[in-house]
Amino acid sequence: MLGKMISIISVWTIPAIILITLVYANIKGVKVFDVFVEGAKEGFDTAVKLIPFLIAMLVAITLLRESGAMDVITHFLMPLFNLLSIPSDILPLAIMRPVSGSSALAITTEILQNKGPDSLVGRIASTMMGSTDTTFFVLTVYFGSVGIKKIRHSLTVGLLADMAGFLAAVLICNKVFGG
Amino acid sequence: MINRLWFYLMLIGIVTAGFFGRISIVPEVIFSAAEQAVSICIGLISIMAFWLGIMRIIEESGLINVIIKILRPVAAFLFPGIPKNHPAMSAILMNMSANLLGMGNAATPFGLKAMEKMQQLNPKKDTASLDMCTFLAINTSSLTLVPATVIALRSATGSMNPTEIIGTTLIATATSTTVAILFDRGYRFLERKKGGMS
Repeated sequence: MLGKMISIISVWTIPAIILITLVYANIKGVKVFDVFVEGAKEGFDTAVKLIPFLIAMLVAITLLRESGAMDVITHFLMPLFNLLSIPSDILPLAIMRPVSGSSALAITTEILQNKGPDSLVGRIASTMMGSTDTTFFVLTVYFGSVGIKKIRHSLTVGLLADMAGFLAAVLICNKVFGG
Repeated sequence: MINRLWFYLMLIGIVTAGFFGRISIVPEVIFSAAEQAVSICIGLISIMAFWLGIMRIIEESGLINVIIKILRPVAAFLFPGIPKNHPAMSAILMNMSANLLGMGNAATPFGLKAMEKMQQLNPKKDTASLDMCTFLAINTSSLTLVPATVIALRSATGSMNPTEIIGTTLIATATSTTVAILFDRGYRFLERKKGGMS
């Protein structure tokens, strides 16, 4: 029941957003094509700007995995992950997600490429990636931009929320896609 | 932080490869990973362009104002220290809307604007105000309706159904945001008990 509802929402969200946007804009007399093209131009720059970050992180992560270092780390944390029924392939992502968005993206890519986007791990990784943000980065940029030095409880709350997001992603994916 | 992290990742990778007698894989891995990174980004161009195009229509048509209207009561509850018609409020609402639509890149400029406006209301300039902390808590927990980048990545890596994770993402993101707000409220409560500043 829950699984079915979620898959219906999944299928309908994007078409509905696009439909509503276009119909509304049309009613308001917006030149939808011209405006769309104008906005789409930015997409190119954004994607291209990601390249250096992705190269740096993908190289480091792949090296870590291919050298056998990740196996060693995973081996030691495995019991804890088994206890929580979390696939151990997700471990590097869980560690990296709050620290660096681009490297988390690189790890997710690596998981999707090697385990398959439609595997359970692939779906958990996708869900984790979509449902949390790079806590350290956001704090650094946002507080840095206005000169805040004392960040009070922000970091603690951010990391607690990340952890809750991870666990929720694992639980819900196991429920919806597992078995 | 990220500099030291990258340094150690590379160091551990190369040293471990040497330790396990696999040093010959290092250059191979480096070049294939770099090549992979470039092709992924090229693949991302298509979907980024599409969503930023839609985003522009949402702004231009005024649909963004409708979204803002819907979210205003929520924002008023979350940020009690910000006057209703203060410019900080509309920047916060734009940021939340962009985040909800999964437009991380569109959300950041609004977020920085919101911080700038909140700083004007902040009595102690080197210390985050409680509303700033709430704002950061919500932002770091991420508030996504359409995880566009992930969907793009899934389709680039050959998923049969790239959008099937929207539902699970919604639930996970609702959980992390709820936890963030609850802890933030908890801290606010403790501060008030201590008689601290807002």
